[in-house]
Amino acid sequence: MLSRTADHLYWMARYTERAENLARLLDVTYRMSLQMPGASGGYWGAALGITGLDGAFRARHGDSIEAQAVLRFMALDVDNPSSLPACLKAARENCHAVRGTVTSEVWETINTTWLEGRSAVAHLASGAIEGSELTKYFEWVKFRSHLSRGVTVGTMLQDVAFHFIRLGTFLERADNTARILDVKYDELAPAESSTNEYYEWSALLRSVSAFEIYRKVYRDVVSPNRVAELLILREDMPRSLHACLREVHQILGLVANARSQETQRQAGLAYSRLRYGRIEDILQVGVHAYLTDFLGAIAGIGNGIARDFLVPVQ
Amino acid sequence: MVMTNIFDEFHAPDGCVRDHYASYQAWLDTVAATTIAQKREEADSAFHRHGITFAVYGEESGTERLIPFDILPRIIPAAEWRMLERGLRQRVAALNAFLHDIYSAQRIVKAGLIPAEQVFRNAQYRPEMQDIAVRNHLYALISGIDIVRAALPGQTPDSALYYVLEDNLRVPSGVSYMLENRRMMMRLFPELFSRYAVAPVEHYPDLLLDTLRQAAPAGIDDPTVVVLTPGAYNSAYFEHAFLAQQMGVELVEGQDMFVQDETLYMRTTQGPRRVDVIYRRIDDDFLDPLAFRSDSVLGVAGLLSVYRAGRVSLANAIGTGVADDKSIYPYVPDMVRFYLSEEPILANVPTWQCRKPDELSYVLANMAELVVKETHGAGGYGMLVGPASTAAEIAAFRERVKAAPDTYIAQPTLALSACPTFVEAGIAPRHIDLRPFVLSGKTVRMAPGGLTRVALKAGSLVVNSSQGGGTKDTWVLED
Repeated sequence: MLSRTADHLYWMARYTERAENLARLLDVTYRMSLQMPGASGGYWGAALGITGLDGAFRARHGDSIEAQAVLRFMALDVDNPSSLPACLKAARENCHAVRGTVTSEVWETINTTWLEGRSAVAHLASGAIEGSELTKYFEWVKFRSHLSRGVTVGTMLQDVAFHFIRLGTFLERADNTARILDVKYDELAPAESSTNEYYEWSALLRSVSAFEIYRKVYRDVVSPNRVAELLILREDMPRSLHACLREVHQILGLVANARSQETQRQAGLAYSRLRYGRIEDILQVGVHAYLTDFLGAIAGIGNGIARDFLVPVQ
Repeated sequence: MVMTNIFDEFHAPDGCVRDHYASYQAWLDTVAATTIAQKREEADSAFHRHGITFAVYGEESGTERLIPFDILPRIIPAAEWRMLERGLRQRVAALNAFLHDIYSAQRIVKAGLIPAEQVFRNAQYRPEMQDIAVRNHLYALISGIDIVRAALPGQTPDSALYYVLEDNLRVPSGVSYMLENRRMMMRLFPELFSRYAVAPVEHYPDLLLDTLRQAAPAGIDDPTVVVLTPGAYNSAYFEHAFLAQQMGVELVEGQDMFVQDETLYMRTTQGPRRVDVIYRRIDDDFLDPLAFRSDSVLGVAGLLSVYRAGRVSLANAIGTGVADDKSIYPYVPDMVRFYLSEEPILANVPTWQCRKPDELSYVLANMAELVVKETHGAGGYGMLVGPASTAAEIAAFRERVKAAPDTYIAQPTLALSACPTFVEAGIAPRHIDLRPFVLSGKTVRMAPGGLTRVALKAGSLVVNSSQGGGTKDTWVLED
């Protein structure tokens, strides 16, 4: 496979997954801010912080964090290169550049998402944002991401192209799950109050489709430590860091080349820490510190992948 | 412009529907107008969803447009196609023989059939290609030959013949629309295909791949074939991606390849991999910044030296443009006679060469009736359609021709045949042409038919997509 082609496929998948997780993050932030209007500014500030958009937002809108402005900036602003529509567009442009490498079903799905997303965003941006419309929009983005993934798994030959798409999906998901979890653990998050706590944790679980899973696995009230355990360490939880790194590690083995040993080692190390880690040890370090460290490892693996496979060998 | 001798593809002179359209008319009579409208919308939305679009230069980046697709097919009876196919095979064989000849022994020039300066002073002639061994002596592996059916001025409509209007031997495009149009028609109107035995075209990518593999350098049994594109912003990018996908080969850009030790490689996730055959969709000028335009970022530095060493094949070869230049066009019938000792099956449109003084004075005197073309022009640019121009436009063009007569030819204004087409107001006749795609390997092969282009503006004779043309599915009937 051409390095450039692999690069486009990998980023197509990353942007698709990023759009989905951004929709999840915005959805949970929006719900929490509705339930706790007093803490709304804090939630939106945290959402900006964990996506690394704090500076970009302040440069555009100044220092006052106003819910509607953040929402528009992240969900609708086509000029913000990290917004939802920008992710959908980037996924489509990457796919367009290699449309012959994916099945026509994959291409049509990604292209249609972009076409329909454009009209949806134009419609939403044109008026005052209605809560119900917004929720529908987030649902739609998630649904289109499910569809992209499903059509990829359901129609593509499991060759190198497929592997690089999957690699992008799981690396991005690992990064995003860690960030979503960090909403609650980050110091930017509003201080806890016990009455809000249940709603906050359950909203977070719902945002990663984990609320029902939590109930099924623990059959108990929602507790922060178990939420962390579920999203970090559970092997069978599809969005957990453990599940994502297992895939990343395995796929790197499938696409390995003469240069990729160090990247494989780093992925193996990150995977082993999740595979054999214990929640007690993580709590001792502190979840926020642990996640910060994990995000660093993910960035390192991402750089390694770019260097070994994607950036041309001169 | 009023033309009185237009050949009607659909109706015979007595007003009856021609035999090969009768069954279509019978079907159309049973279909409600609203159904047709709905099918047209369905086609548009499907083309958008599939991204079967072309990029428009000079507009906001990322602007993509559809080439309008007309759902009324152009039908060609079996016997007519057999004649066309024989004629195309012959013509393309002669053009390849000509290219081989002028880049080696130059017999046709020595025999005095074509003036030396017409060949060697031609901007498309590539001295770098002299005496280079081109695989199988085939230069134009993929040719698009533009054919029109027309009656010459003063003739009755039904004396119309098929004429070759232009040979495209560099990077002819449009074959993806031929394939997508058929797919669309089968999806929209499956019932029509049980009324008609339409010759299939879907195997074209197989023929193309086979043709490209045959062109591989000697000694390479399992060649790596790639399609070279200028990139996703090129107007024909859809076609490049489509053909690479259909053939199952890599779609590469210049930046994906490099030359080392007289070998061409592409960069892959598993390291460098040798490339043997390039179906290139970029012009000669951009292929190699070391040999041609040094500002080209689309090509590969050193490609020409690998090519000259016979270690990579290009389809089409470098320098094929000299054979499809409008100044060479008048000589193609002579090429058929010279190389094949046969009479041409397909006629050329009568052509005046302005470089000849007596023909120039005829052209200058009759400009208002003629089509005058720049010999290097393409895509409907750089030409004057006399009857459709104002006196001032004609006067201005006359000065341009007088200033550089060598660079112009002229032809009678042809009343291109017309085929019914769905337009805003219903069904109306529109002018059409035909571009069959001819593949030259061990044998000359082609998919039956080709791309029918249609001028959607009433009365317009310009079918180019850049000038508002559309396309139709082309049905060659089987006996």
